[in-house]
Amino acid sequence: MARVLVGVKRVIDYAVKIRVKPDKKGVVTEGVKHSMNPFDEIAVEEAVKMKEKKLASEVVAVSCGPSQAQETLRTALAMGVDRAIHVEVPAGEYETLQPIHISKILAKLAQEEKADIVILGKQAIDDDSNQTAQMTAGVLDWPQATFASKIEKKDSELHVTREIDGGLENIKVKLPAVLSADLRLNEPRYATLPNIMKAKKKPLKKITPKDLGVDISPRIEIISVEEPPVRQAGSVVPDVDTLISKLKESGHV
Amino acid sequence: MGQRTQVINLYKTLVYLGREYPLGWDYFRPRLKTAFMRNKDVTDPEKIEQLISRGNYVVKEIEALYMLRKYRTLKKRYYSDENENMISEIYRRIESES
Repeated sequence: MARVLVGVKRVIDYAVKIRVKPDKKGVVTEGVKHSMNPFDEIAVEEAVKMKEKKLASEVVAVSCGPSQAQETLRTALAMGVDRAIHVEVPAGEYETLQPIHISKILAKLAQEEKADIVILGKQAIDDDSNQTAQMTAGVLDWPQATFASKIEKKDSELHVTREIDGGLENIKVKLPAVLSADLRLNEPRYATLPNIMKAKKKPLKKITPKDLGVDISPRIEIISVEEPPVRQAGSVVPDVDTLISKLKESGHV
Repeated sequence: MGQRTQVINLYKTLVYLGREYPLGWDYFRPRLKTAFMRNKDVTDPEKIEQLISRGNYVVKEIEALYMLRKYRTLKKRYYSDENENMISEIYRRIESES
Protein backbone atom coordinates (compact mmCIF):
# COMPACT_ATOMS: atom_id res chain seq x y z
CA MET A 1 0.00 0.00 0.00
CA ALA A 2 1.06 3.48 -0.77
CA ARG A 3 2.14 6.17 1.61
CA VAL A 4 0.79 9.59 0.71
CA LEU A 5 2.43 12.94 1.38
CA VAL A 6 0.23 15.99 1.06
CA GLY A 7 1.33 19.60 1.10
CA VAL A 8 -0.78 22.28 2.76
CA LYS A 9 -0.35 26.03 2.84
CA ARG A 10 -1.75 28.56 5.26
CA VAL A 11 -3.16 31.47 3.27
CA ILE A 12 -5.35 34.49 3.88
CA ASP A 13 -8.94 33.24 3.95
CA TYR A 14 -10.68 33.32 0.56
CA ALA A 15 -13.47 35.55 1.89
CA VAL A 16 -11.14 38.30 3.20
CA LYS A 17 -10.70 41.54 1.28
CA ILE A 18 -6.95 41.83 0.63
CA ARG A 19 -5.26 45.12 1.48
CA VAL A 20 -1.79 46.21 0.40
CA LYS A 21 0.59 47.44 3.11
CA PRO A 22 1.33 51.20 3.00
CA ASP A 23 5.02 50.50 2.23
CA LYS A 24 3.94 48.41 -0.81
CA LYS A 25 6.18 45.50 0.18
CA GLY A 26 3.37 43.05 0.72
CA VAL A 27 -0.19 42.63 1.91
CA VAL A 28 -1.63 43.12 5.39
CA THR A 29 -1.57 39.78 7.24
CA GLU A 30 -1.73 40.91 10.88
CA GLY A 31 -5.13 40.34 12.45
CA VAL A 32 -6.47 38.85 9.21
CA LYS A 33 -8.28 35.53 9.16
CA HIS A 34 -6.22 32.73 7.66
CA SER A 35 -7.22 29.23 6.62
CA MET A 36 -6.01 26.29 4.59
CA ASN A 37 -5.58 26.95 0.88
CA PRO A 38 -8.84 25.61 -0.66
CA PHE A 39 -7.00 23.62 -3.33
CA ASP A 40 -4.92 21.98 -0.58
CA GLU A 41 -8.15 21.01 1.20
CA ILE A 42 -9.08 19.14 -1.96
CA ALA A 43 -5.65 17.45 -1.96
CA VAL A 44 -6.06 16.45 1.71
CA GLU A 45 -9.54 15.10 1.04
CA GLU A 46 -8.26 12.96 -1.83
CA ALA A 47 -5.45 11.55 0.32
CA VAL A 48 -7.82 10.77 3.19
CA LYS A 49 -10.25 9.11 0.75
CA MET A 50 -7.38 6.92 -0.51
CA LYS A 51 -6.75 5.84 3.04
CA GLU A 52 -10.44 5.11 3.62
CA LYS A 53 -10.52 2.98 0.48
CA LYS A 54 -7.46 1.11 1.83
CA LEU A 55 -5.38 2.31 -1.13
CA ALA A 56 -3.05 4.21 1.16
CA SER A 57 -1.46 3.01 4.38
CA GLU A 58 -0.64 6.38 5.85
CA VAL A 59 -1.24 10.04 5.06
CA VAL A 60 1.33 12.64 6.12
CA ALA A 61 0.71 16.39 5.83
CA VAL A 62 3.50 18.94 5.41
CA SER A 63 3.40 22.69 5.76
CA CYS A 64 6.21 25.24 5.46
CA GLY A 65 5.96 28.56 7.24
CA PRO A 66 6.01 30.37 10.57
CA SER A 67 4.59 28.78 13.73
CA GLN A 68 0.99 29.56 12.72
CA ALA A 69 1.33 26.99 9.93
CA GLN A 70 0.64 24.45 12.68
CA GLU A 71 -3.00 25.61 12.82
CA THR A 72 -3.37 24.58 9.20
CA LEU A 73 -1.71 21.25 9.93
CA ARG A 74 -4.21 20.71 12.75
CA THR A 75 -7.04 21.27 10.30
CA ALA A 76 -5.48 18.66 8.01
CA LEU A 77 -5.17 16.26 10.96
CA ALA A 78 -8.82 16.92 11.83
CA MET A 79 -9.79 15.99 8.27
CA GLY A 80 -8.20 12.58 8.75
CA VAL A 81 -4.47 12.91 8.10
CA ASP A 82 -2.39 10.60 10.34
CA ARG A 83 0.54 12.81 11.22
CA ALA A 84 2.01 16.17 10.34
CA ILE A 85 5.40 17.71 9.67
CA HIS A 86 5.93 21.41 10.24
CA VAL A 87 8.91 22.83 8.37
CA GLU A 88 9.52 26.00 10.32
CA VAL A 89 10.49 29.05 8.30
CA PRO A 90 10.63 32.38 10.20
CA ALA A 91 8.15 35.04 9.03
CA GLY A 92 10.90 37.26 7.55
CA GLU A 93 12.35 34.51 5.38
CA TYR A 94 8.87 33.20 4.52
CA GLU A 95 8.11 36.34 2.48
CA THR A 96 10.69 35.43 -0.14
CA LEU A 97 10.12 31.67 0.04
CA GLN A 98 9.21 30.45 -3.43
CA PRO A 99 7.92 27.27 -5.09
CA ILE A 100 11.53 26.33 -5.92
CA HIS A 101 12.38 26.16 -2.20
CA ILE A 102 9.13 24.42 -1.23
CA SER A 103 9.56 21.81 -3.96
CA LYS A 104 13.07 20.99 -2.74
CA ILE A 105 11.77 20.63 0.82
CA LEU A 106 8.86 18.45 -0.32
CA ALA A 107 11.12 16.32 -2.51
CA LYS A 108 13.48 15.72 0.39
CA LEU A 109 10.62 14.82 2.72
CA ALA A 110 9.01 12.54 0.13
CA GLN A 111 12.26 10.58 0.02
CA GLU A 112 12.78 10.58 3.77
CA GLU A 113 9.23 9.47 4.46
CA LYS A 114 9.34 6.94 1.61
CA ALA A 115 6.19 8.40 0.07
CA ASP A 116 4.73 6.81 -3.07
CA ILE A 117 2.29 9.58 -3.89
CA VAL A 118 2.65 13.31 -3.32
CA ILE A 119 -0.61 15.27 -3.64
CA LEU A 120 -0.64 19.07 -3.67
CA GLY A 121 -3.20 21.72 -4.45
CA LYS A 122 -2.76 22.96 -8.01
CA GLN A 123 -2.01 26.46 -6.74
CA ALA A 124 -2.33 28.62 -3.65
CA ILE A 125 -4.90 31.38 -3.66
CA ASP A 126 -2.40 33.94 -2.35
CA ASP A 127 0.47 33.90 -4.85
CA ASP A 128 -1.25 31.77 -7.55
CA SER A 129 2.13 30.41 -8.65
CA ASN A 130 0.96 26.97 -9.80
CA GLN A 131 4.53 25.66 -9.84
CA THR A 132 5.14 23.59 -6.72
CA ALA A 133 3.75 20.24 -7.92
CA GLN A 134 5.53 20.49 -11.26
CA MET A 135 8.84 21.49 -9.69
CA THR A 136 8.58 18.78 -7.01
CA ALA A 137 8.13 16.16 -9.73
CA GLY A 138 11.13 17.69 -11.48
CA VAL A 139 13.38 17.58 -8.42
CA LEU A 140 12.37 13.98 -7.64
CA ASP A 141 12.41 12.96 -11.31
CA TRP A 142 8.97 11.35 -10.81
CA PRO A 143 6.05 11.43 -13.25
CA GLN A 144 3.45 14.12 -12.66
CA ALA A 145 -0.31 14.31 -13.11
CA THR A 146 -1.37 17.91 -12.61
CA PHE A 147 -4.87 19.49 -12.51
CA ALA A 148 -6.40 16.16 -11.59
CA SER A 149 -10.19 15.99 -11.58
CA LYS A 150 -10.35 12.22 -11.09
CA ILE A 151 -7.82 9.74 -9.70
CA GLU A 152 -8.18 5.96 -9.86
CA LYS A 153 -5.65 3.43 -8.66
CA LYS A 154 -5.17 0.35 -10.81
CA ASP A 155 -2.47 -2.08 -9.68
CA SER A 156 0.72 -0.07 -9.46
CA GLU A 157 -0.54 2.69 -11.73
CA LEU A 158 -2.75 5.71 -11.33
CA HIS A 159 -5.32 6.60 -13.96
CA VAL A 160 -5.77 10.34 -13.80
CA THR A 161 -8.24 12.60 -15.57
CA ARG A 162 -6.72 16.04 -16.07
CA GLU A 163 -8.45 19.33 -16.69
CA ILE A 164 -6.87 20.94 -19.74
CA ASP A 165 -7.87 23.83 -21.98
CA GLY A 166 -11.12 22.98 -23.67
CA GLY A 167 -11.53 19.47 -22.28
CA LEU A 168 -10.20 16.56 -20.30
CA GLU A 169 -7.15 14.38 -20.72
CA ASN A 170 -6.80 10.81 -19.42
CA ILE A 171 -3.32 9.70 -18.49
CA LYS A 172 -1.62 6.81 -16.73
CA VAL A 173 1.26 7.37 -14.33
CA LYS A 174 3.48 4.86 -12.60
CA LEU A 175 4.16 5.21 -8.92
CA PRO A 176 5.83 7.01 -7.30
CA ALA A 177 4.19 10.14 -8.72
CA VAL A 178 3.33 13.74 -7.94
CA LEU A 179 -0.29 14.87 -8.35
CA SER A 180 -1.95 18.26 -8.15
CA ALA A 181 -5.63 18.70 -7.34
CA ASP A 182 -8.07 20.75 -9.40
CA LEU A 183 -11.33 22.18 -8.11
CA ARG A 184 -13.59 19.38 -9.30
CA LEU A 185 -11.57 16.48 -7.89
CA ASN A 186 -13.78 16.12 -4.80
CA GLU A 187 -15.75 17.99 -2.16
CA PRO A 188 -13.55 18.39 0.89
CA ARG A 189 -15.14 17.49 4.23
CA TYR A 190 -15.55 20.02 6.99
CA ALA A 191 -13.13 19.75 9.92
CA THR A 192 -15.66 19.27 12.73
CA LEU A 193 -15.15 20.51 16.27
CA PRO A 194 -14.74 17.05 17.89
CA ASN A 195 -12.23 16.09 15.18
CA ILE A 196 -10.25 19.28 15.75
CA MET A 197 -10.07 18.37 19.44
CA LYS A 198 -8.92 14.84 18.60
CA ALA A 199 -6.36 16.23 16.14
CA LYS A 200 -4.54 17.90 19.02
CA LYS A 201 -3.41 14.44 20.14
CA LYS A 202 -2.06 13.41 16.74
CA PRO A 203 1.73 13.60 16.23
CA LEU A 204 3.22 16.78 14.79
CA LYS A 205 6.94 16.89 14.07
CA LYS A 206 8.82 20.15 13.80
CA ILE A 207 11.90 20.50 11.59
CA THR A 208 13.77 23.27 9.78
CA PRO A 209 14.85 23.52 6.12
CA LYS A 210 18.42 23.31 7.45
CA ASP A 211 17.71 19.85 8.91
CA LEU A 212 16.78 18.77 5.39
CA GLY A 213 19.82 20.48 3.87
CA VAL A 214 17.71 22.82 1.76
CA ASP A 215 18.98 26.32 1.07
CA ILE A 216 16.14 28.82 1.38
CA SER A 217 18.10 31.98 0.63
CA PRO A 218 15.92 34.37 -1.38
CA ARG A 219 16.01 34.29 -5.16
CA ILE A 220 13.80 37.30 -5.50
CA GLU A 221 13.47 40.74 -4.00
CA ILE A 222 10.01 42.22 -3.57
CA ILE A 223 10.15 45.61 -5.27
CA SER A 224 6.55 46.64 -4.98
CA VAL A 225 3.08 45.21 -4.48
CA GLU A 226 0.23 47.12 -6.14
CA GLU A 227 -3.53 46.96 -5.86
CA PRO A 228 -5.37 45.96 -9.05
CA PRO A 229 -6.84 48.91 -10.97
CA VAL A 230 -10.22 50.03 -9.64
CA ARG A 231 -13.14 49.42 -11.97
CA GLN A 232 -14.16 52.64 -13.74
CA ALA A 233 -17.51 54.07 -12.80
CA GLY A 234 -20.29 53.62 -15.35
CA SER A 235 -22.81 56.22 -16.43
CA VAL A 236 -26.52 56.26 -17.23
CA VAL A 237 -27.43 57.29 -20.76
CA PRO A 238 -30.71 59.13 -21.46
CA ASP A 239 -31.82 57.20 -24.57
CA VAL A 240 -30.93 54.51 -27.07
CA ASP A 241 -29.42 56.93 -29.61
CA THR A 242 -26.92 58.23 -27.09
CA LEU A 243 -26.11 54.64 -26.11
CA ILE A 244 -25.40 53.70 -29.73
CA SER A 245 -23.28 56.76 -30.40
CA LYS A 246 -21.32 56.12 -27.18
CA LEU A 247 -20.77 52.48 -28.12
CA LYS A 248 -19.58 53.57 -31.56
CA GLU A 249 -17.27 56.12 -29.99
CA SER A 250 -15.60 53.46 -27.84
CA GLY A 251 -15.43 51.07 -30.75
CA HIS A 252 -17.76 48.36 -29.46
CA VAL A 253 -20.11 48.37 -32.47
CA MET B 1 -24.23 9.68 25.46
CA GLY B 2 -26.81 11.32 27.68
CA GLN B 3 -29.22 13.78 26.13
CA ARG B 4 -27.81 16.60 28.22
CA THR B 5 -24.31 16.01 26.82
CA GLN B 6 -25.71 15.72 23.31
CA VAL B 7 -27.46 19.08 23.60
CA ILE B 8 -24.33 20.75 24.99
CA ASN B 9 -22.20 19.26 22.21
CA LEU B 10 -24.71 20.44 19.63
CA TYR B 11 -24.61 23.95 21.05
CA LYS B 12 -20.80 23.97 21.04
CA THR B 13 -20.69 22.75 17.46
CA LEU B 14 -23.09 25.47 16.37
CA VAL B 15 -21.08 28.11 18.23
CA TYR B 16 -17.97 26.87 16.42
CA LEU B 17 -19.71 26.98 13.04
CA GLY B 18 -21.36 30.31 13.76
CA ARG B 19 -18.07 32.17 14.00
CA GLU B 20 -17.75 31.88 10.24
CA TYR B 21 -21.37 32.70 9.43
CA PRO B 22 -21.60 35.04 6.38
CA LEU B 23 -23.89 37.49 8.19
CA GLY B 24 -21.50 37.63 11.12
CA TRP B 25 -21.16 36.22 14.60
CA ASP B 26 -23.25 39.07 16.04
CA TYR B 27 -26.14 37.98 13.87
CA PHE B 28 -25.74 34.29 14.56
CA ARG B 29 -25.20 34.17 18.33
CA PRO B 30 -28.44 35.75 19.60
CA ARG B 31 -30.47 33.63 17.19
CA LEU B 32 -28.68 30.47 18.23
CA LYS B 33 -29.26 31.24 21.89
CA THR B 34 -32.96 32.08 21.39
CA ALA B 35 -33.46 28.88 19.42
CA PHE B 36 -32.09 26.82 22.30
CA MET B 37 -33.80 28.81 25.06
CA ARG B 38 -37.16 28.43 23.32
CA ASN B 39 -37.07 24.72 24.11
CA LYS B 40 -35.52 24.90 27.57
CA ASP B 41 -38.64 23.58 29.29
CA VAL B 42 -39.03 20.52 27.07
CA THR B 43 -38.80 17.39 29.23
CA ASP B 44 -40.22 14.63 27.02
CA PRO B 45 -37.18 12.50 25.98
CA GLU B 46 -38.74 11.73 22.59
CA LYS B 47 -39.33 15.41 21.86
CA ILE B 48 -35.76 16.22 22.96
CA GLU B 49 -34.49 13.51 20.60
CA GLN B 50 -36.42 15.14 17.76
CA LEU B 51 -34.97 18.55 18.58
CA ILE B 52 -31.43 17.15 18.71
CA SER B 53 -31.80 15.55 15.29
CA ARG B 54 -33.17 18.83 13.95
CA GLY B 55 -30.11 20.57 15.37
CA ASN B 56 -27.80 18.05 13.73
CA TYR B 57 -29.61 18.65 10.46
CA VAL B 58 -28.95 22.39 10.80
CA VAL B 59 -25.25 21.62 11.42
CA LYS B 60 -25.08 19.65 8.16
CA GLU B 61 -26.90 22.44 6.32
CA ILE B 62 -24.48 25.10 7.56
CA GLU B 63 -21.48 22.95 6.64
CA ALA B 64 -22.93 22.46 3.16
CA LEU B 65 -23.57 26.20 2.88
CA TYR B 66 -19.93 27.00 3.70
CA MET B 67 -18.56 24.43 1.26
CA LEU B 68 -20.82 25.64 -1.52
CA ARG B 69 -19.96 29.26 -0.86
CA LYS B 70 -16.26 28.50 -1.08
CA TYR B 71 -16.68 26.36 -4.19
CA ARG B 72 -18.70 29.06 -5.95
CA THR B 73 -16.23 31.81 -5.07
CA LEU B 74 -13.30 29.78 -6.37
CA LYS B 75 -15.18 28.84 -9.50
CA LYS B 76 -15.99 32.46 -10.16
CA ARG B 77 -12.44 33.57 -9.45
CA TYR B 78 -10.55 30.93 -11.40
CA TYR B 79 -12.93 29.57 -14.01
CA SER B 80 -14.81 32.73 -14.98
CA ASP B 81 -14.30 32.49 -18.73
CA GLU B 82 -15.56 28.92 -18.85
CA ASN B 83 -19.18 29.84 -19.53
CA GLU B 84 -18.14 32.25 -22.25
CA ASN B 85 -16.05 29.54 -23.87
CA MET B 86 -18.94 27.15 -23.70
CA ILE B 87 -21.30 29.67 -25.28
CA SER B 88 -18.90 30.52 -28.10
CA GLU B 89 -18.37 26.80 -28.66
CA ILE B 90 -22.14 26.31 -29.02
CA TYR B 91 -22.34 29.26 -31.43
CA ARG B 92 -19.55 27.77 -33.50
CA ARG B 93 -21.35 24.46 -33.70
CA ILE B 94 -24.63 26.08 -34.69
CA GLU B 95 -22.87 28.07 -37.39
CA SER B 96 -21.07 25.07 -38.81
CA GLU B 97 -24.29 23.07 -38.91
CA SER B 98 -26.40 25.73 -40.61
